[in-house]
Amino acid sequence: MEHFFLHTMVGSIILIVLKVLAVLVPLLIGVAYLTWIERKVLAAIMLRKGPNVVGPFGLLQPFADAVKMIFKETIIPAKANRVLFFIAPILGFSLSMLAWAVIPANDGWAVANLNIGILYLLAISSVSIYATLLAGWGSNSKYALLGAMRAAAQMISYELAMGLVIASVLLLVGSANLNDIVLAQRHVWFFLPMFPMFIIFFISCLAETNRPPFDFAVGESELVAGFFAEYSSMAFGLFFLAEYGNMILMSAIISILFLGGWLPPLDYVPFTWIPGPFWLIIKILICLFCFIWVRSAFPRYRYDQLMRLGWKVFLPFTLAWVVLTAGFMMATGIGIYGGAA
Amino acid sequence: MMPIILFYIFAVILLLSAVMVVISRNSVHAALFLVLAFCNASGLFLIAGAEFLAILLIAIYAGAVMILFLFIVMTMQTNLVQLKEGMQHYLPVGFCIAIVLVVELIIVAINWHIDPNVAEAARQPLLQNMSNTKALGSLIYTNYIFLFQMAGLVLLVAMIGAIVLTLRKRPTNRRQVVARQHMREPNQTLEMRSVELNKGVDDLGGYLRPKETYYGIAQEDSFGPKPGDKMDITEKRQEREQSK
Repeated sequence: MEHFFLHTMVGSIILIVLKVLAVLVPLLIGVAYLTWIERKVLAAIMLRKGPNVVGPFGLLQPFADAVKMIFKETIIPAKANRVLFFIAPILGFSLSMLAWAVIPANDGWAVANLNIGILYLLAISSVSIYATLLAGWGSNSKYALLGAMRAAAQMISYELAMGLVIASVLLLVGSANLNDIVLAQRHVWFFLPMFPMFIIFFISCLAETNRPPFDFAVGESELVAGFFAEYSSMAFGLFFLAEYGNMILMSAIISILFLGGWLPPLDYVPFTWIPGPFWLIIKILICLFCFIWVRSAFPRYRYDQLMRLGWKVFLPFTLAWVVLTAGFMMATGIGIYGGAA
Repeated sequence: MMPIILFYIFAVILLLSAVMVVISRNSVHAALFLVLAFCNASGLFLIAGAEFLAILLIAIYAGAVMILFLFIVMTMQTNLVQLKEGMQHYLPVGFCIAIVLVVELIIVAINWHIDPNVAEAARQPLLQNMSNTKALGSLIYTNYIFLFQMAGLVLLVAMIGAIVLTLRKRPTNRRQVVARQHMREPNQTLEMRSVELNKGVDDLGGYLRPKETYYGIAQEDSFGPKPGDKMDITEKRQEREQSK
């Protein structure tokens, strides 16, 4: 059995497919229930009840939504660029799933344990802007184009700050492997020594996923629904899944970079009874709760304020922090060449 | 076997999309084909075992440079007829440059010879058991640090040039002074007026307006009401009615 999976061609392909399914199936169920969680949390904050009709506590609501979405009519605008119009949602969805290949759920539990895992994530997140841009341009509509332009400008601006935050974490760890990054936090999770970076990274994640208060790309009061204004049916559904998939992905990245990934908060008995993947899930859920909380608590930013925050506040600050971290490590000799914290 | 098949798949798509960049009529399509070409080139890097370069190519060229490019191309008016207007005028010049380039390429190609020891030379910088991120880093930051800094300087100069070219005072700019916006309080800027029934606000100036101090927010040299501007609505209304 072991020989078949590890040493034959067919076996290894089956093994890879199984690994991918083991990531994607829980992820898609998670995405479905994230919509339910979001509606419930928003409802609780607004003193409403939220979905409570379909199934107990409205638990079957995501499936009802999915069925509704699938049976809607697919509408293609008359002058849309058909190829790009359909490539865009597929690209967006598959990129948001592709990134999960490198996320480790436990020590060594990743589909691909890349040496440059964190750079791979950066590359994926920067390429996923194309989904937005193609959707905006391909649907040949002013609202969509404006939404796409805003989204692209915003994501590029905040990627710089994110890149620098990641650089400062990499300085401490001395490796770009996500597994190593988590293991380097055995003694102290990075959100303590790097607290400002943690906050900046969280805010940049909000901007990167186009979530409120930075949801200019879909600003419904100005742009109807922004870049996916012309989409219906499952094409819209794919954008929706991609957005929530990206939210979970960003939460996972925050957990891995700053909250110690699968590590328990203290290395003592009651905590170590809970296996690693559950710790990661708990941390992801906490981050997701913050995402939803922010959505209901803050009004939408103004566009020029968003750009100012990204370029004039975050970028210089994170750059200074990278220099500071490097200087501190040189001066004290802590963590140089991978012997972190 | 597998890498060879992959190589040909990537290489063929790369070349085809490179050709499409040149011949496609729609500039957005051209830019997108270029992105496809980058992705396939990064596939080739991956086959060669240069995973760091592969990821960098996607993150920087596909993920940043080309997006800025697309940004401009998408918002540009691309009228092919207008673009072709100057064609005859520029054709001879373009042709001359093309000939010079072709001749140069031919000269280079004739004198080209591949060093027989190229395989060893290429392997030199990579130490054993060293990931290629580290190998590249130590190579660039120790052996080629000055060239690297020079490249950075060139880019910096180009960036400053671009900023200088676009940074100019436009009368229609509305600049924000964030500090002043934060200092502002509601009672400084808004005025509550009680209006009699069926009378409207005509004798109050015709409209509910922000307080005078609000005008202080508009910056010098920028569009919008200046400090001390009088906003006399009755004059404007008369003008509008006359024009009708």
